[in-house]
Amino acid sequence: MSSTVLSPSAKASPSSPEGERKTFLNADYGWKSWLFTVDHKRIAVLYLISIMVFFLIGGTFALLMRAELLTAKGDLFEAETYNKLFTMHGVVMIFFFLVPSIPAVLGNFLVPIMVGTKDLAFPKINLLSWYIYIVGGAATLFVAITGGIDTGWTFYAPYSSTYANTNVAGTAVAVFITGFSSILTGLNFIVTIHKMRAPGMTWFRMPLFLWAQYATSLIMVLGTPVLAITIVLLGLERVFHIGIFDPALGGDPVLFQHLFWFYSHPAVYIMILPGMGVISEIIACFSKKRMFGYHFIAFSSLAIAIFGFVVWGHHMFVSGQSAYASFVFSFLTMLVAIPSAVKVFNWTATLYKGQVSLETPMLYALGFIGLFTIGGLTGVFLAVMGLDRHVHDTYFVVAHFHYVMVGGMVMAFMGGMHFWWSKMFGRKYPEWIAQFSSVVVFVGFNFTFFPQFLLGYMGMPRRYHQYNAEFEVLNVLSSAGASILGTGFLMTICYFIWSLKWGQVAERNPWGAKGLEWERAPSPPPTFNFEDGERIVVTEDAYAYTHEEPHGGSLQEARK
Amino acid sequence: MWKDLPLHPEQASTLAQPVDLLYLFLVAVSAFFALLISVLIVVFTAKYRKDRPNATSAHIEGSTLLEIVWTGIPLGLTMIMFGWGAVLFFQQARPPANALEFTVTGKQWMWKAQHPTGQREINDLHIPIGVPCRLTMTSEDVIHSYFIPAFRTKQDVVPGRYSQMWFEANKLGTYDLFCAEYCGTKHSQMIGKVTVLSQKDYEVWLAGGGSSETPAQAGERLFSALRCITCHNNTAGARGPDLAGKFGTEALLTSGAKVMIDAEYVRESILNPAAKTVNGFQVGLMPTYQGQVKEDDILALIAYLKTFGAAKAAASPATGNAAK
Ligand SMILES: [Cu+2]
Ligand SMILES: [Cu+2]
Repeated sequence: MSSTVLSPSAKASPSSPEGERKTFLNADYGWKSWLFTVDHKRIAVLYLISIMVFFLIGGTFALLMRAELLTAKGDLFEAETYNKLFTMHGVVMIFFFLVPSIPAVLGNFLVPIMVGTKDLAFPKINLLSWYIYIVGGAATLFVAITGGIDTGWTFYAPYSSTYANTNVAGTAVAVFITGFSSILTGLNFIVTIHKMRAPGMTWFRMPLFLWAQYATSLIMVLGTPVLAITIVLLGLERVFHIGIFDPALGGDPVLFQHLFWFYSHPAVYIMILPGMGVISEIIACFSKKRMFGYHFIAFSSLAIAIFGFVVWGHHMFVSGQSAYASFVFSFLTMLVAIPSAVKVFNWTATLYKGQVSLETPMLYALGFIGLFTIGGLTGVFLAVMGLDRHVHDTYFVVAHFHYVMVGGMVMAFMGGMHFWWSKMFGRKYPEWIAQFSSVVVFVGFNFTFFPQFLLGYMGMPRRYHQYNAEFEVLNVLSSAGASILGTGFLMTICYFIWSLKWGQVAERNPWGAKGLEWERAPSPPPTFNFEDGERIVVTEDAYAYTHEEPHGGSLQEARK
Repeated sequence: MWKDLPLHPEQASTLAQPVDLLYLFLVAVSAFFALLISVLIVVFTAKYRKDRPNATSAHIEGSTLLEIVWTGIPLGLTMIMFGWGAVLFFQQARPPANALEFTVTGKQWMWKAQHPTGQREINDLHIPIGVPCRLTMTSEDVIHSYFIPAFRTKQDVVPGRYSQMWFEANKLGTYDLFCAEYCGTKHSQMIGKVTVLSQKDYEVWLAGGGSSETPAQAGERLFSALRCITCHNNTAGARGPDLAGKFGTEALLTSGAKVMIDAEYVRESILNPAAKTVNGFQVGLMPTYQGQVKEDDILALIAYLKTFGAAKAAASPATGNAAK
C-alpha cells in the first residue's frame, strides 16, 4: 500500500541540502506512513525508538540492582524482587537491545545504501520483523508488569522448568517470538548482500561494516532456530511435564545447557560482530586512511562466525561435562580469540601515518578498542580450564561480559549513532557536549565494571542479593560508577533528541568520509536512497582515502 | 590500606597457589597487551594528528608479515595458557586414591554434608588439614554449585547424577562456602563455612559430632530393610546378581555391552532397574525404588557396596596424604 506514497517524482532540486527536498523523513506524514512503511530507513527509525525504550527499561533494572548492591545486606528489595531484577535486566538487554541494536538500526539503515540499492531484498519481511519484535517485546513487558520472572536470563533447568514459580512460560513465548525477528533480519541481509550489490561493488570492495553484518546474519539464521527449539522443549516440560531436562521426570539438566549455549555463545558474536563493523568504518574515516589489512578483517569476521559455533562447552567446565570435552572446548575457544586479536591490531595499525582526529565517533571507537581488548583478554581467563574452576559464576564473568557487551557493543553503537546521526536525520548533534559525554560514559563504565573483576577473583558469586561485608567497598565503587554511566547515557539521549529540532543542518558528507552513504546519498537520503535517476556504479575500493602512490609508505604491499 | 583491598582470597588449599600463579601469568600477559594497544593508540593519535602541518595519509594496504606476527604470537600465548590450564584442571578433577570420602547433598537452600564416619552437618564442613578430601555430591532439586574461594575450586551439584570435587587444605582457619549456581530465591543465603582443623582437633570434633552409624553401616542396614538382600545374594538361583566385591568391577549386560559398576550405575539401577540389567537376569524383575529412597539412602547404599565383600581392602579409611 505504501508504494503509492513512495513514488512521487522528486520535485526538489537534488543539490539543495535543505528546503523542500524530499527525504525519507518528510516523504509522507501521519502514523500510517510509519507503521505501514516498507522503507528500510523508516523501519530503522522504528527499531531505534523501540530499542531505546528497552534500553531505558533494562538500564533502570540495572540501576535498581546497583542500588541494592550498595550495601552488603539485602535491605532494599526482597530477595525474590532482586532475582527478578537481574533476570529482567538480562532478558531485556540481551534479546531486546543488544541482539537487534546495530543490525536492526544501523544495519537496516545502511546495508541497502552501502551496497548501492533502493531497499533490502524483502522490504515487507523487514517490516514484519519489526512487528514480531514488538509483539515479543510487548509480551516481555507484560510478564514484567504482571510479576516478572526470576530464573536468570540463562533459564537453567530444572529450576526454570520445574521449580520457579514465576512466569517462565510467558517469557519463553516472548523470547521465542522475538527470535524470528532476528532470523528475518539476517535472511534479508544475506540475500541483499548476495544479490543486490550495485555494479562494481565486488565482495572485496564492500565496506567492512557489510562483512560484519553478513557474518552476523549467518549466525542469526543458523543459531536462532536452536534457541527456539530449546525454548519449546523447556515450555513442553514446564507446561506438560514431559521429561526432557528435569531428572525427576527422566530428563537431563546438562542437556539444557548444551542446547542453550549452542545458541547463546554464537549470540555473543551476534552482539559484538556488528559493533566491530561499525568500528572499522569509524577508524578508517577518522584516520582518513585505507583500512589496514582489509582482507584480514573481513575474513576474521567469518572466522569468528564459524568458530563461534563450536565453543559453547566453555560455559560448562564445572557442570559435570566430561573433562575431555572441556579440553576440546577450551582449545577451540583459544582459536576463536585469535581473529578478535587480529582485528584489534589492524584497527590500531590503521592509525599509523593517517590523519587522526578525535570527534565523538572516534572517541567511542578508540574507547571500544581499549575496552574490547580487556573484555576479550578476560574471556581467555574464563576459557582457561584450571582458572575457570575458580572464577566461573563469579563477578569475574559479569565484568568480562559487560566489558564485551557494554564496553564493546554499546560503545560501538554509540559511536555508530554519532557517526551516522547526521546522515539519518539531517541534523548534527552538538560536538563538544558529545565529546564530553563520551568521556563521562568511558569513566563511568570503568568505575562500574572494573571493580567487578576484583570482586570475582575474590570469590563473590554472581546473582547474589546479599553478600559478605568484605566485598562492600568494591561494590560501592561499582554502584557509584553505574550512576556516572547512567548520567552519560542520559545526556547523550537528551542532546540527540535536542538536535533533531535545533541541531545544525548537516551537509551530505560532514566527515569527509568515503562510502556510498556519504558520497552518493543526501542527508537524510530520499526514500529510494539516491537521487532520482542516479545509477550507482562502484569504481573503487572501500576507504579510498588514499591511492597507490610510489611514495605511499614503507609497508605498502602489492595486493591485487 | 593494601590489606583492606585484598586482590585474592586466602590460599588455603594445595591447589590455590597454582591457580593464583596461572592467574598472575594471564594478568601479566593481558596487562602487557592492554598497555601496548593503549600506548600505540595514544602515540599514533598524537603523532598523526589531522591538524599537524602538511598532514597526508600514507597509502598502506597492510602487511602480511605483520598479520602473521600478530596471529602467531597470540596463538602461541593462548596455547601456553590452554595447556597450563588443562594440566591444572585435570589435577583439580582427579582426587588422589587415598582421599577421605565425604558426601554432600544440596537442596534449596542448604548444604548437607556427611563425614566418612557418619557425622552429619548442615552448611558447615569440618575437615582435617593435610588430608585430601573427596566430595561426592548430588542435589535433591535444582542445580547448585559448591564453591570454596579459598580452595580455588567449585563444582556444580546436579540433580540426578553425582559430581565430585576434591581438595587438600593446607592452612588452618574458617573459609567461605558459597552456592555459585543460581538456584532460586535464597540463592545468596545458601552459604556456609568450611573449617580446617588440625588432625587432633578433627578427631575431637568427630567425637563430639554425635555417635551415628557410618554411611556404610547405614547402607548395610538399608540393604536388609529395603529387602535388597532377598534377591541380591550368593545362593544358587538368586533372582539378582550377588553384589559382594562387585563395586568397581565391570559387568556384562543383557545387551552385550559392558558397564562399570560405579556410583552412577548403582544409582541408576536402584531408580531405573530395567535400564541396564546384568546378563543372565530377567529384565524388569526388579521394581524401581524411585520415591522410596532418598538421595542420602542411595549414597549410603553405595558406601556399603564399596565395602561389601571387600573387607580386606578397606582396613581403615585412609588418613595419610600420599597425594602426588
Ligand atoms: Cu561463550
Ligand atoms: Cu544453591
